[in-house]
Amino acid sequence: MKPSLLQQSRRSNSFRGSTPLDSSPDGGGATKSPAAIFWLVLHGLCCLVSLVLGFRFSRLIFFLLFSTSTNSNTGLYQTSPFRTVADIAENLAFSTSLPSLDSSPANRTSGVSSSGVVVGRHGILIRPWPHPNPEEVMKAHRIIERVQREQRAQYGVKSPRTVIVVTPTYVRTFQTLHLTGVMHSLMNVPYDLVWIVVEAGGVTNETASLITKSGLRTIHIGCEERMPLSWEDRHRMEARMRLRALRVVSEKKLDGAVMFADDSNMHSMELFDEIQKVKWIGAVSVGILAHSGHSDEDLSAVRNEGDESNSPVPIQGPACNSSDQLVGWHTFNSLPYVGRSANYVGDRATVLPRKLEWAGFVLNSRLVWKEAVDKPDWVKDLDMVARDEANVESPLSLLKDSSVVEPLGSCGRKVLLWWLRVEARADSKFPSGWIIDPPLEVTVPARHTPWPDAPPELPTSEKVTSIKESSEKRSTKTRTHRSRRGSRSKRKHEARSVDAHVSERHSHEN
Amino acid sequence: MRYEVCDCNFNFVNVGSAGDVLEDNPVGKLQVYVYELPSKYNKKILQKDSRCLNHMFAAEIFMHRFLLSSPVRTRNPEEADWFYTPVYTTCDLTPTGLPLPFKSPRMMRSAIQLISSNWPYWNRTEGADHFFVVPHDFGACFHYQEEKAIERGILPLLRRATLVQTFGQRNHVCLKEGSITIPPYAPPQKMQAHLIPPETPRSIFVYFRGLFYDVNNDPEGGYYARGARASVWENFKNNPLFDISTDHPTTYYEDMQRSIFCLCPLGWAPWSPRLVEAVVFGCIPVIIADDIVLPFADAIPWEDIGVFLAEKDVPNLDTILTSIEPEVVLRKQRLLANPSMKQAMLFPQPAQPRDAFHQILNGLARKLPHDKNVHLKPGEKILDWSVGPVGDLKPW
Repeated sequence: MKPSLLQQSRRSNSFRGSTPLDSSPDGGGATKSPAAIFWLVLHGLCCLVSLVLGFRFSRLIFFLLFSTSTNSNTGLYQTSPFRTVADIAENLAFSTSLPSLDSSPANRTSGVSSSGVVVGRHGILIRPWPHPNPEEVMKAHRIIERVQREQRAQYGVKSPRTVIVVTPTYVRTFQTLHLTGVMHSLMNVPYDLVWIVVEAGGVTNETASLITKSGLRTIHIGCEERMPLSWEDRHRMEARMRLRALRVVSEKKLDGAVMFADDSNMHSMELFDEIQKVKWIGAVSVGILAHSGHSDEDLSAVRNEGDESNSPVPIQGPACNSSDQLVGWHTFNSLPYVGRSANYVGDRATVLPRKLEWAGFVLNSRLVWKEAVDKPDWVKDLDMVARDEANVESPLSLLKDSSVVEPLGSCGRKVLLWWLRVEARADSKFPSGWIIDPPLEVTVPARHTPWPDAPPELPTSEKVTSIKESSEKRSTKTRTHRSRRGSRSKRKHEARSVDAHVSERHSHEN
Repeated sequence: MRYEVCDCNFNFVNVGSAGDVLEDNPVGKLQVYVYELPSKYNKKILQKDSRCLNHMFAAEIFMHRFLLSSPVRTRNPEEADWFYTPVYTTCDLTPTGLPLPFKSPRMMRSAIQLISSNWPYWNRTEGADHFFVVPHDFGACFHYQEEKAIERGILPLLRRATLVQTFGQRNHVCLKEGSITIPPYAPPQKMQAHLIPPETPRSIFVYFRGLFYDVNNDPEGGYYARGARASVWENFKNNPLFDISTDHPTTYYEDMQRSIFCLCPLGWAPWSPRLVEAVVFGCIPVIIADDIVLPFADAIPWEDIGVFLAEKDVPNLDTILTSIEPEVVLRKQRLLANPSMKQAMLFPQPAQPRDAFHQILNGLARKLPHDKNVHLKPGEKILDWSVGPVGDLKPW
């Protein structure tokens, strides 16, 4: 590209006429010798013919006249098997600005000896089907994948640990929505994964069928207690469920990094790369998306009250000093929301997180094992903690001394996941498994558009209701769905017709 | 010899045997005498236009500066093996920054007249132990248009000298036997400033940014790049694996680091800084230029590093690239990751070991000792000073 940039203005200069210092002999056209005039006239004639024909006829003549006398054919590009942009004219190897030199095309070869590279115009080779071949695309993707795997092996995490994900859930309207999101995030994690799903209300087929679709290694545990309705109780129940999962980790001696993925949270892929760095217990920054079902006036009122925080979205996580050491915690300030927060699940008011959410913590699974080789002494025994279940608010309760927490994500500066609680009203119903069975009642039957030569069918049953327009529009829609063979254009006309009589419409159709 | 390279996590990565010749140190192997020409040949030209330091022909200026302070420089011409003439022939720029070669032959001729009359060393060999840096499009043919360059041929006075040039094409008039091909100048600091973390996954399969048709000078196509670039566009503009366009993105360097293959097709001349950028950023160069001679071809194993494609095979570019085994791709990337390879393509200021300056000196050292017939018998004359186009013979 760059040499061409250089050439741009200069080449146009040369075309207009060589500079006085340029000493190449191309002044042939300037002299009024009969030969020059003859060539000019011939050139003009060929230009006229080209106008008529549509391609560069003039050069073709010269090529045909002189090609047999030279041996430059070998250097020319064959364009017949291919479609070319500029038809036949580009077969010629002549420069465009020097018509007087076309008697010696052999001069144009750039080499002293015979070489395949010829200076001048070449054909633009285009293959007949210039579209990608799907097999080749797949091969290319395999190459890309192999390269990326090698990159990860070289620059990424050495000896990656298994990620153990703990998710408390229960069957409700929004469960599929939330759980599918988490599931897809986990399916994209490039490390080994164990997904512990703890379900309130016992193990159900709903949840089981959903999580088996992921293809991940899952451990599905049920807690017999049902999920309570108030947010306070729900948070406590979830803590109990998570402890239950940790007990499973301890019993099965699962090895890896434990993280808590609540089903309505949103995780970024960098989070999973970051948790590989944890030594014993780490904390990441969580963005809190405290959302209210009410209109914006509620939110703005809250913001006006307590506006000391700089970030528009409150963040929960470790606070560091300038030497990247943990000095404290950023927690959620719930004062502006006092009296306005949601009380029960499905409430339209803002749902508030706890002071420090479980989701922001990562543990080395050996912390919860009964016996581990270099288990540090600042961690409490899991069973002791579990006995006091009601007061366990965050994984910090597992520690005797909370200053050992490692801040991750460049010391809490990076927000790697977002906390969100969105639930439908407690009394909302949804089809189980999101499968509509038995099918919904038919309100208007679908019409078949008859074949053009088939006799028109008489309608079997038709609900002639007062809302005729809507039913007509509905039926035209179903008609378009069912049969495209019919006369489409006619259908467009009749969609607007407000006709009470059915048979009239039929005749209109034909 | 196999080379192990330490990637800074102290994991030794085997990069295979990559040109030990690159590791040679030329100091002590040769002596270079730098002629002191009046500043109208070098400094004054640079003062008139300092853009010459940043464009792709800046190698001639930086080579001069390097030699002035290099340990191979000798102030005693009697013990010199090579003689260097610092004349900046590619520094006469248009307002848009393109070098005009029209005065260059006269400038070179005038410089040679000067050194032949003031010092005896030119006349005793007629320039056979002299070297000149001519980084212009077609080297010492001093023209940007290929036909005109071929017509002119190499400047007659330089017929016996060694030419250090960027242009290289086999069986071409403008590449003479024994020339040293060097990479074009690419600003090392600018490239360093755009490095991205090496763990960023390479997700672009083929990358290219540049012109496909030169609408100003060759609107129909077929002339520019011998139709190869136009062919790439017509065949692959709809292919999702090819990220090719005429954009000028600010993330050009970053994108190259996220690509596996970078196309390096010819333009008006077969060489371009794209090759240097591809090597520095670890993107496998796909060289589409028939008979091209690549820089330091005797030291760098270009066949192992890059992919060569004949211009007639351009329509099958996707088939060819996808049929490369992933292991071969990985091997090429490992070779490219060798820091000596990247260093050999660059002209850093100040000079660093194994950089392009040193590779040029290595090339010159490999041509030593000079042949016996380099020295002419007294009274013998081979060069004809009156040969050449009339315009060239005027004084500068």
